[in-house]
Amino acid sequence: METILHFIQVNLQMFYVVILSIFLGIEVISRVPSVLHTPLMSGANAIHGVIIIGSIIAIGSVRQDNYLALILGFIAVIVGTLNVVGGFVVTDRMLEMFKSRKGNK
Amino acid sequence: METNILSVCYLLGSISFIVGLKMLSHPETARKGNQVSAAGMGIAILGTLLLYRTPDGRHLHNYGWIAGALVTGGVIGTRAARKVKMTAMPEMVSIFNGMGGLCAALISTLEFGRLAGGVAFLHPLMILAGAVIGSISFSGSMIAYGKLSGKVKDHAFPGQQVVNLVMLAAIILLSAGLLSGPAGSLAAIFYIILALSLCYGVLFVAPIGGADMPVVISFLNSLTGMATAFAGFLYKNPVMLTGGILVGSAGAILTLLMCKAMNRSLKNVLIGSFGGDKTASAPGKQGTYKEIGLSDAAMVLGYAHKVMIVPGYGLAVAQAQHTCHELEKLLADKGTEVKYAIHPVAGRMPGHMNVLLAEANVSYDDLLETDQSNEQFPDTDVVLVLGANDVVNPAAENDPSSPIYGMPILQVGKAKMVIVNKRSMRPGYAGIDNQLFFQPNTSMLFGDAKEVLRQLIHQIKAL
Repeated sequence: METILHFIQVNLQMFYVVILSIFLGIEVISRVPSVLHTPLMSGANAIHGVIIIGSIIAIGSVRQDNYLALILGFIAVIVGTLNVVGGFVVTDRMLEMFKSRKGNK
Repeated sequence: METNILSVCYLLGSISFIVGLKMLSHPETARKGNQVSAAGMGIAILGTLLLYRTPDGRHLHNYGWIAGALVTGGVIGTRAARKVKMTAMPEMVSIFNGMGGLCAALISTLEFGRLAGGVAFLHPLMILAGAVIGSISFSGSMIAYGKLSGKVKDHAFPGQQVVNLVMLAAIILLSAGLLSGPAGSLAAIFYIILALSLCYGVLFVAPIGGADMPVVISFLNSLTGMATAFAGFLYKNPVMLTGGILVGSAGAILTLLMCKAMNRSLKNVLIGSFGGDKTASAPGKQGTYKEIGLSDAAMVLGYAHKVMIVPGYGLAVAQAQHTCHELEKLLADKGTEVKYAIHPVAGRMPGHMNVLLAEANVSYDDLLETDQSNEQFPDTDVVLVLGANDVVNPAAENDPSSPIYGMPILQVGKAKMVIVNKRSMRPGYAGIDNQLFFQPNTSMLFGDAKEVLRQLIHQIKAL
């Protein structure tokens, strides 16, 4: 019990961020027209690719001679990059095609 | 100083994600929104590479490995994303999502190996949560990909729900055991948990029918967001935290919205029970249906005042969205009012059909949502249903025993005349009969959507 209270106390800012982000996510998405659901899912998918930062930190702080960890980290950074780059490029390709008649002709 | 700059980078990253998601919610700003998020991501990654310091104040090292991985991933990711066909988009999103999950699981594995004894109870908890959620998301996404691309069939065995629940319980119990023991010990238990989570992801998605795949992908997307957030907590990294939680909560809401649109309870999808009870749908009474010839169909369309097109997955499979747009232009030039009625789950993901039509240059002003369409059907002369089935099935409104009962549908039957283009009389994705085909104002026009549309254009030009 005390551990948990202490943990909350130490990470109070984090908890604020978590709670506010939850509501922000709900708020932002509930206004999206169904036209954009697929690009939105894809865009959100690219955003959680921010996990790549974790993989960079992880591989960047292991010892140089710990090859098992290096290989695990190496794969982690590759798949993280796939998530980020692939996600944003696919989303961009989709949205490139959304044109309004007003804007287009 | 450096740490302060890095904090600003992370702040910019977080803001760009929020602004980007917000801009993604309007068609005119959507593309910019995506670019804003991407730019923010770039700043956050660059900042980490150049400025990050570990808790004991050292810079990162192993840059050779990092650069190699970034380049490899970047090249493969860009090529895959550029090459993929628009119809295969759901598969691609599923793969990229799985990669994020795998990344989270790998980070956790790495960090578990580095856990020193005597670390607080909550540190391993974050690691375990990331490992379990990341693994489920990874293996689940891979199965979802296999299903969407037709490589994996639905699998269900008796008692599967019980097995799933037992596995979930085992994962939770083992995790509790691991956490109550001394930190960093008992690596074997950690790997068993990892393996169980991977299996759970497979078993969780395997029995779910193809029609439910959009919900599943959205759910897994939300899971990966949560895994990212746990990793963010682990590293006390604000940008990972905001990004992860945003996607986690947004994905959860999107999942619920989709469940609602398809009239499934999230519980059923989660336990993986839907695909199993296909026997429930009794074979409906077969009536007689009317066929219409190409030239008659062309005549009807050519002289109509108002035409609504209802596209479905059949249109996408036939790659006929461009031909469809041609027909629409031809009719519009003749003075006919042409609109598209788009059901939220037309295609294989919500909004998938909109993307496909956008690819063919159809203006989104002409795309109507379900409610708007249903208001306009009564004064529509001809409705042209192209490869859609379940989304126009009246059983959803008047047959309580139907598995899709309660799903909002496009009420095409209200129009003066309905022409349904299908390849055959085979039932649709949900595997149920469609009474619409036997109604007196419905005529069937059999054939491949692209070929039929081409012929129609030819005939209408000749009128």
